[in-house]
Amino acid sequence: MDPLLLLEQAFNGLQFGVMLFLIAAGLTLVFGIMDLVNLAHGALVMIGAYLATTLVAWTDSFILGMILALPATFAVGALVEIVALRTLYRRDHLDQVLATFGLILFFNEVVRIIWGPISLYSGLPDYLSGHVEIIPGAPYPVFRLLIIAVGLAVAAVIYFIVAHTRLGMLIRAGASNNEMVGALGVNIKTLFTFVFALGAVFAGLAGMMLGPLTSVEPGMGEPLLILAFVVIIIGGIGSIRGAFIAAIIVGMSDTMGRVLLPVLLRAFVSDAAADTAGPALASMLIYILMAAILVVRPRGLFPARTG
Amino acid sequence: MNQRQIWLTLATLALFAAVPPLTVVFDQPFYMDVVARIMILAIAAVSLDLILGYGGMVSFGHAAYMGVGAYAVGILSYYGIDNGFLQIPLAMGASALIGLIFGAMSLRTSGVYFIMITLAFAQMLYFLAVSLEEFGGDDGMSAMRSEFAGLLDLNDPLQFYYLIFVCLALILLFLHRLVLSRFGMVIRASRGNERRMQALGFPTYRYKLAAFTIAATLCGLSGALFANLNEFVSPDAMQWTHSGEIMIMVIMGGMGTLIGPVLGAAAFLLLEENLPEWMELIMTNAGEHWAIVMGPILIAIVLFGRGGIHALFARRGGGSHG
Amino acid sequence: MRCLPEEGAAVMVEPALQIKGLCKSFGSLIATDDLHLDIAEGEIHAIIGPNGAGKTTLIAQLSGELRPDRGRVSFAGQDITALSMPARAGLGLARSFQITSIFGDFSALDNVALAVQAHAGHSFRFWRPASEDNALYDPARHVLERIGLGERAEETAANLSHGEQRQLEIAMALATDPSVMLLDEPMAGMGRDESANMVDILCGLKGQLTIVLIEHDMDAVFALADRITVLVYGRAIATGRPEDIRANEAVRAAYLGTGDA
Repeated sequence: MDPLLLLEQAFNGLQFGVMLFLIAAGLTLVFGIMDLVNLAHGALVMIGAYLATTLVAWTDSFILGMILALPATFAVGALVEIVALRTLYRRDHLDQVLATFGLILFFNEVVRIIWGPISLYSGLPDYLSGHVEIIPGAPYPVFRLLIIAVGLAVAAVIYFIVAHTRLGMLIRAGASNNEMVGALGVNIKTLFTFVFALGAVFAGLAGMMLGPLTSVEPGMGEPLLILAFVVIIIGGIGSIRGAFIAAIIVGMSDTMGRVLLPVLLRAFVSDAAADTAGPALASMLIYILMAAILVVRPRGLFPARTG
Repeated sequence: MNQRQIWLTLATLALFAAVPPLTVVFDQPFYMDVVARIMILAIAAVSLDLILGYGGMVSFGHAAYMGVGAYAVGILSYYGIDNGFLQIPLAMGASALIGLIFGAMSLRTSGVYFIMITLAFAQMLYFLAVSLEEFGGDDGMSAMRSEFAGLLDLNDPLQFYYLIFVCLALILLFLHRLVLSRFGMVIRASRGNERRMQALGFPTYRYKLAAFTIAATLCGLSGALFANLNEFVSPDAMQWTHSGEIMIMVIMGGMGTLIGPVLGAAAFLLLEENLPEWMELIMTNAGEHWAIVMGPILIAIVLFGRGGIHALFARRGGGSHG
Repeated sequence: MRCLPEEGAAVMVEPALQIKGLCKSFGSLIATDDLHLDIAEGEIHAIIGPNGAGKTTLIAQLSGELRPDRGRVSFAGQDITALSMPARAGLGLARSFQITSIFGDFSALDNVALAVQAHAGHSFRFWRPASEDNALYDPARHVLERIGLGERAEETAANLSHGEQRQLEIAMALATDPSVMLLDEPMAGMGRDESANMVDILCGLKGQLTIVLIEHDMDAVFALADRITVLVYGRAIATGRPEDIRANEAVRAAYLGTGDA
């Protein structure tokens, strides 16, 4: 197999991984601190993508549109938290699952009404649509590199916030002990709204960057949401470090699995059988990985919450 | 289960039994198909309620077992095996096996992890089905109706209808006995306080796993019937949104009761069927956006409607919760 | 009031429960510190100590809910350190909980019948209603009578008074036919009369089985216990008869003197 192709796929895996991390980060924080299962997190990915597409068209500037979309997503996140989710914190997980499932139906339909049911394709400006040769002979899309860079930068920012700021201290305290945050005399309501909206921004950012790669359409966040769940299960609920490592693992193994498994299988079985079983096995790979990790560590690689 | 619930169950079944002649009287043949669909989904919902309502296991991947049952029928039919006496047991057996494996993994965890893992496993099967080009991949595959040589002809709508009816009635009877049995006591008590059960000496894991497997098996039957009804199988049956819908049926009707999920399935499908029309009455072209009403209805049910439809009939709400 | 030991109960044969070198810590917090303890068969052995002394952690390790970091627990001569909670319960080691752990939806009788069922073997019976099973409900009624709840058998457990719920808690432990019961603060949250009633009930069990009793109510402890162990920071600072413990200077200094009694 061509090593340059492998390298390219490794970059794709990394890019997919950081994208998953952006989505999983908010999800795991909201789980960890508010103990809320939010199925509608995928909808925030979608909303981010739509807002960015619209704002890019309005401002006629890719960069400006993207930057404006961030506070807009933050606002939507805060609004959702205040209007709908706040009442759910004290409910059990089943209620949360159902209510946020209802939110998904609602958001998908709102998007359909506002932007129509047809997929939107947002192009890239010229300076982002080219390729660079990272290694001579291996051209790689600039935009995908940008995604990796932004993803890693955001990961660093999140790590800094969680590890070195007062907000991070509250987040860590909340993830391991809910009552303690209250005892510290912090305004829990504001903290929760802020953390949720922050998570929404990360998810929205993932959606914005995903838009030019695929298409922007209702329900686009949902498959990603389930992958983000897998990331959180592997990483451990409430753990940012776990989410990052697990996201890279999942992104890499999914991407590489799709390329390598059919090739590997050909070594053992007939080509025809490998062509059938390869994609099937590749689509199951990360779930099998998740199951295997659970057998060894039922609470994920880095469980933040004890007991 | 109190007397009132038993009467409500019998009344509902009597109504289902009377549907075919009623559709003739009112000249609404379409509704026989709707009620057949309701009963099939009621089997899925009531099987979920065994683990969700009685056992407290929030499984968000129940559609997977419906999919396994449906694909078992579809794949057997693809290879020319249309014998229903073989198809139905194999469909249920395959669902049982998958349920056993997924359950064994998922039940090692609890709480949010359990919800997400059951969801993830179901999604795995969904992607597996999508990737199997041989069996139609994304587009799904057609399935011939099962043949029960000399006994039943499923191409006769009436016979098919009553087969589904009998399946539902038998499952309700079975589960009615089960929840009151020794096994049922263990499952129900484990929902309340698993730690206490272990302290009493119950190895709760194996009882929960048994319940999980039973639920998957029954749901597999529902899937096999579903494939027969549609004469078609597709990955959509395993979509996570479908799992969510089955769960909604349980909650809508009233979880922790047997008749609740049946009423919930009826309410959900009738709503899905009629909501677009009702919305058209208010505003032209509003019908296609029925989900914008359905979503908030769900949220309202969660926030205000504990006990579900069943609670409207029974004075003491069955699904005591918490 | 003093609940007197049975004649000859002090004769030590094999300890009912033997704890050797038990250690458990949570991070830097040492909950159990090299604990050695023999619980004699048939005795009521009280474990007292200030809050945070590691009493409940000890019960959790004895019942199998928590794994000790080091050390071993033997039950009637058998090493049970590696056994799960249900397995230990199956051998005859029952426990009650500090926070009432009953099944509120079920009747008092159902609660106890469930405990009988735990003891009666496997529960993979799917068809016959448990409530028609006399093999479960006859012994359950008997236990309820014995614990003084016979009149309240059909009441939904959630509707029982707090004192009655605590009694039911004991009845459930008793219904598994244990040889050793671990009782975690059976008098918690009780009024004076309810406490006295509970002392009577436990006194009635004396000699029939071994009881490890954790309790803050010192009147009850001194009324019931054959021996008392004082736990401070996970360490047993004294073990002896009630009168010895009362006289022990170290105990007075560390515990009784604090006014916690």
